[in-house]
Amino acid sequence: MQLTTFYKEEFKMKYTAQDFKSNQEVRWCPGCGDHSVLASLQRALPEVAEQLNYTKERFVFVSGIGCSSRLPYYMNTYGFHSIHGRATAISTGMKVANPNLTIWQATGDGDSMAIGGNHFIHAIRRNIDINIVLFNNRIYGLTKGQYSPTSPLGKITKTSPYGTVEHPFNPGALVLGARGTFFARSIDNDLKLNQEIFVASAKHDGCSVTEMLVNCVIYNDGSHKDFSDREVRADRTIVLRHGEKMIFGKNNDKGIVLRHGKLEVVTIGENGITEDDILVHDAHSANSGIHSLLIDMKFPEYPVALGVIRDVKDMTYDDNVRDQLIEVKAKSKINCVDDLLRSGSTWEVE
Amino acid sequence: MQHKIIDIEDVVIRFAGDSGDGMQLTGTLFADSSALFGNDISTFPDYPAEIRAPQGTVSGVSGFQVHFGSCEINTPGDFCDVLVAMNPAALRANAKWAKPTATIILDENAFDEKNIQRAGFATMNPIEELKIEDRNIVVSPITELTKESLKDSGLDNKAIVRCKNMFTLGMCFFMYNRDMKYTFEYLEKKFKKKPALIETNKKVLKDGYNYASNIHAIANTYTVKPANLKKGTYRNINGNQATAWGLLAASEKSGVPLFCGSYPITPATAILEELAIHKSLGAKTLQCEDEIAGICTAIGASYAGNFAVTTTSGPGLSLKSEALGLAMITELPLVVIDVQRSGPSTGIPTKTEQTDLNQALYGRNGECPIMVMAAHSPSDCFEKAFYAGKYAMEHMMPVILLTEGFLGNGSEPWRIPSMSEFPEIKPPFITSCEGKFKPFERDPETFVRKWAVPGTPGLEHRVGGLEKNAEGVISSDPENHQLMVDLRAAKVAKMADFIPELSVYGDNEGEVLVVGWGGTYGHLYTAVKELRKEGKSVSLAHFDYINPLPKNTAEVFARFKKIIVCELNSGQFAALLRDKHQQFFYHQLNKVQGQPFIVKDVVDAVNNIL
Repeated sequence: MQLTTFYKEEFKMKYTAQDFKSNQEVRWCPGCGDHSVLASLQRALPEVAEQLNYTKERFVFVSGIGCSSRLPYYMNTYGFHSIHGRATAISTGMKVANPNLTIWQATGDGDSMAIGGNHFIHAIRRNIDINIVLFNNRIYGLTKGQYSPTSPLGKITKTSPYGTVEHPFNPGALVLGARGTFFARSIDNDLKLNQEIFVASAKHDGCSVTEMLVNCVIYNDGSHKDFSDREVRADRTIVLRHGEKMIFGKNNDKGIVLRHGKLEVVTIGENGITEDDILVHDAHSANSGIHSLLIDMKFPEYPVALGVIRDVKDMTYDDNVRDQLIEVKAKSKINCVDDLLRSGSTWEVE
Repeated sequence: MQHKIIDIEDVVIRFAGDSGDGMQLTGTLFADSSALFGNDISTFPDYPAEIRAPQGTVSGVSGFQVHFGSCEINTPGDFCDVLVAMNPAALRANAKWAKPTATIILDENAFDEKNIQRAGFATMNPIEELKIEDRNIVVSPITELTKESLKDSGLDNKAIVRCKNMFTLGMCFFMYNRDMKYTFEYLEKKFKKKPALIETNKKVLKDGYNYASNIHAIANTYTVKPANLKKGTYRNINGNQATAWGLLAASEKSGVPLFCGSYPITPATAILEELAIHKSLGAKTLQCEDEIAGICTAIGASYAGNFAVTTTSGPGLSLKSEALGLAMITELPLVVIDVQRSGPSTGIPTKTEQTDLNQALYGRNGECPIMVMAAHSPSDCFEKAFYAGKYAMEHMMPVILLTEGFLGNGSEPWRIPSMSEFPEIKPPFITSCEGKFKPFERDPETFVRKWAVPGTPGLEHRVGGLEKNAEGVISSDPENHQLMVDLRAAKVAKMADFIPELSVYGDNEGEVLVVGWGGTYGHLYTAVKELRKEGKSVSLAHFDYINPLPKNTAEVFARFKKIIVCELNSGQFAALLRDKHQQFFYHQLNKVQGQPFIVKDVVDAVNNIL
């Protein structure tokens, strides 16, 4: 069966968000941040399809276990709701098996940072071309409120009644540590930014990780609110765009500079600071030094970095697998199993 | 003393030495030369888990047994006619396998005080201590003779000493009048880029041959004529290679590209290694970060339309349990190969056993029956891997194929089949449908659902670990769950209509029916053959298919007065038979020592109940 034949024709399909909505009832809690991420995806995919000339049947949504992992049921695409932590391995197999598919993965902080941590870092290291959307609500929601690997130190939950005694993961740092080529961050209800990021993520050749800071209204309400509340968001977050100055704030008067190897927040017009002093975001820099500093920025010392923080080109696993297959095939004398069975030392019995 | 050349039917040689002494290679070269000469052969590598265990100790002894003959050979042999022991530890570990009439070749230079002590002997006289003085013991200064042979080779001392295995191989070639040309060919190929080593190794080999001829230490030499094998083109093949090739064959016959996601584990790794070579046949191999990723990448590949395989051994199968349930409930084709080894836990990783049967049958949460089949000889792994692929793809389900370390590493001559002798494989692909696609709608006869590959327009659907109804919609409805559980079980049970019926070696009725499964076939067959030669009413029914059991199982059992189930575990298959066919009484012969059966033990066990 020739799977590739489906794509040989040039499709110019116009889709709308409606085309990506399944007929399944969405069962997340009212007010859950996952609703907005779903809506953002459904709005972003028609744009992705148009820009990359993809037809809808090429999209596959894969997930593990957790609230966010219900997402594939809500997308009118191919989908695989798998088992806890393993979505990344399943996506990897799908992409290697059929590189024409465009694979999206919904995962949570428990699914990808705890039980599936191993698959997560290895998919990133291999730079396999999948799009991971990490719903980070810093809590286990589906099991009703236990701390997760991203819950802050001291967090009181059902399994940490006196507060946690362990440091959390910063997902972006983990991505960089695993040689990640794409990392973005956004807040659940910023639909415009989410769409922008999803399109960039789809265009990125390789493993992309988007950390969605998601609010769990039931078990961890307001976990990001210090910087995500609408009233303070402009002053406490910075949206990074490649080639643009790192300027933020309600009045666009704050900026980021690099001094003595550290990032610093400055106010333009104070202490002789002009716009020229402000860093320009270079998402394409192979060196991850500044990306690492940006990913580590925490409120209140810094604004929380949003947008595409890192987006660099590198070889991808799936391309390499395909190329090697073609290369070996061209050289090999063994072209069918009958050839194989008769290769090497054989003898005749009369 | 007059030197005689005597014809004999079959011979067993056991090569034993330190794990760095090259005994596996020596054994393999002897086996290949015998196979190319036309003998029937069977081999059994018996090696330690450590790559280089402490030198000179019993735990570091590596052995390779080869059984060759002019007659039909079905086992590597219980006891050996020749034991080559390169050091005291090798002698201590293997003396018990030498026949009373055996010739034992020892490297005198390795039998110094230090090595004798290290091997754990109480005295300085290992031969007396082991009570083997009556064997034909050939004590030769093999290391020194090798050094002498290669003194002008330009090689350093270490490299020269490493060639001593070729010297012993030369000695064995003389004893059995073997032609060295196949080994010469092998050396020419192996050292193509280092021509100096070709001549060096050839020289040591010839010097060993001539030395054995000169010393007359071996009273007679023997010839083993070519076996009366069926006409055809033959090759030597081990079980792991045959498994990999069988999978490639299933991929070719179905036209579905092969994907193997695996994690290295002894003794299954060689299957992944073999598949990795054959990219020219479209095989994609992914060496994963762990066993779970091995099976999960395979499940992803299966959903995406590839023929998915994962290979492992016991502990790895444990890790794959949850994902196996996922493959089962999503009804995706998947072949899981378990090359069984000694357990539980890490157990004795390089030793053979049949102790994973219960795990294969039952090791999952929920109601999760899975088709289980087993290969019965190294070359049979080819056919079984092919059929595992055929059944998995045509019936949209995971299939577990059990092989064993004994089969995976063991080898035998194989009459090469033509792919035209194998049936077509037609997976139930669907490329379009009227109305909305229902992923769990089934064929009413076989209960098989359709395989809708992502990328196909109009067939968008979701699968997953949650229970669903025929439409593919999540459902926790009690009646639907019962229905789906029953349907999935019925689909597996239905396989009894597709697998071959149980056949009997010997008479179709009689006193005792020996029952076995998997890699014990050679030993059980040989035992039954011996018993029948003595006129005993004994037959053999060997199971290649375990879940479901062949349809005629009860019918076959009913024709015998007694049944004895022989297996290398504590009675797992016997327990299954008691569950499925309660009307019979099952005697048992069990062994859990990390070693194959000994034919004599099987014969004795049968005689005990006759």
